[in-house]
Amino acid sequence: MKRIIAALLACCSVAVAEERRSGLFDMRPEAQAMQRDDSMNPGMLWVLDGEALWGRKPNPAAQSCADCHGDAASSMRGVAARYPAFDAAQGAAIDLAGRIIQCRETRQGSAPLAREGQELLALTSYVAHQSRGLPIAPPDDAGMRAARAQGQSIYMTQLGQLDLSCAQCHDDNAGRRLAGSVIPQGHPTGYPIYRLEWQGVGSLQRRLRGCMVGVRAEPFAYGSAAFIAIEAFLMERARGMEVETPGIRP
Amino acid sequence: MARVLLRVPTSAEKGAVIEMRALIQHVMETGYRPNAEGVLQPRDIIWNFTCRYDGEVVFNATLSPAIAANPFIAFTTIATQSGPISFTWEGDNGFAQTETRHITVT
Repeated sequence: MKRIIAALLACCSVAVAEERRSGLFDMRPEAQAMQRDDSMNPGMLWVLDGEALWGRKPNPAAQSCADCHGDAASSMRGVAARYPAFDAAQGAAIDLAGRIIQCRETRQGSAPLAREGQELLALTSYVAHQSRGLPIAPPDDAGMRAARAQGQSIYMTQLGQLDLSCAQCHDDNAGRRLAGSVIPQGHPTGYPIYRLEWQGVGSLQRRLRGCMVGVRAEPFAYGSAAFIAIEAFLMERARGMEVETPGIRP
Repeated sequence: MARVLLRVPTSAEKGAVIEMRALIQHVMETGYRPNAEGVLQPRDIIWNFTCRYDGEVVFNATLSPAIAANPFIAFTTIATQSGPISFTWEGDNGFAQTETRHITVT
């Protein structure tokens, strides 16, 4: 009997692993249609903003993004699918938004863009949009392994007054309901997303903060190593899934 | 100028039903929400949307503070003749924007 149960459990865990699904499919059809049609997807407004910023010099002496990187459609294709990546200069993992901030500061010689500010979200959306439809492909280099391991351990750690880990909802109870809402598997496929609740675009880190506040834990700071580690782990967990940016979520 | 996403057919057969979609970037601040300091943020909404087909009003909507940011409006009309289709949004703080597209009816 025990063996049968063990065999059944093994089957179940394999089935769960195979049935990875984007949060897109947990939404009602109208919201899915909103994401799929660019004329209805408000996230495209941020992509258009980012496109304008791509070609604009942040200060008269600086070069624009386009001056170095050229046409984003080719130069930025697949970039977001590989982030977070290891930054040799810092000796640490860096997320896509962090890389844009770094470029703006060191190469364009301008004031760094604020996390969750309109400009950074627009540029990140524009860059990530160039990878839409491509599979998430985290880099295999050694530098990212430590970050991923740290991210995984945070993902498994119970946090806050409610004493809940990410895994307890998004692995153990994904697909079931928390109050009226379906618990998604938590794959970061569409970031930055247009969240209907926010009535605007926000980053994965903002979304993670929402969950941390929800379990009454003190959220990590934007751009912190802990957030980038979770991001790196989640991207590995979603390896091979399609980039959807700009995603719509409820 | 606010960013706009418009979907308007460029051509249609006479008498056909055509669908138009208009999405505009706007905060639609209700006037009921306090900011981080506890002070009520003043209302800033779009309160009117009008579509004119060759000068004639074919669709008009009055928007209220309950409508979400970046309002999306989709509607249909009948293709009668070639001409300009204009979309006008009017709102608080002198917000006014007009976008025009041309349709060829055969």
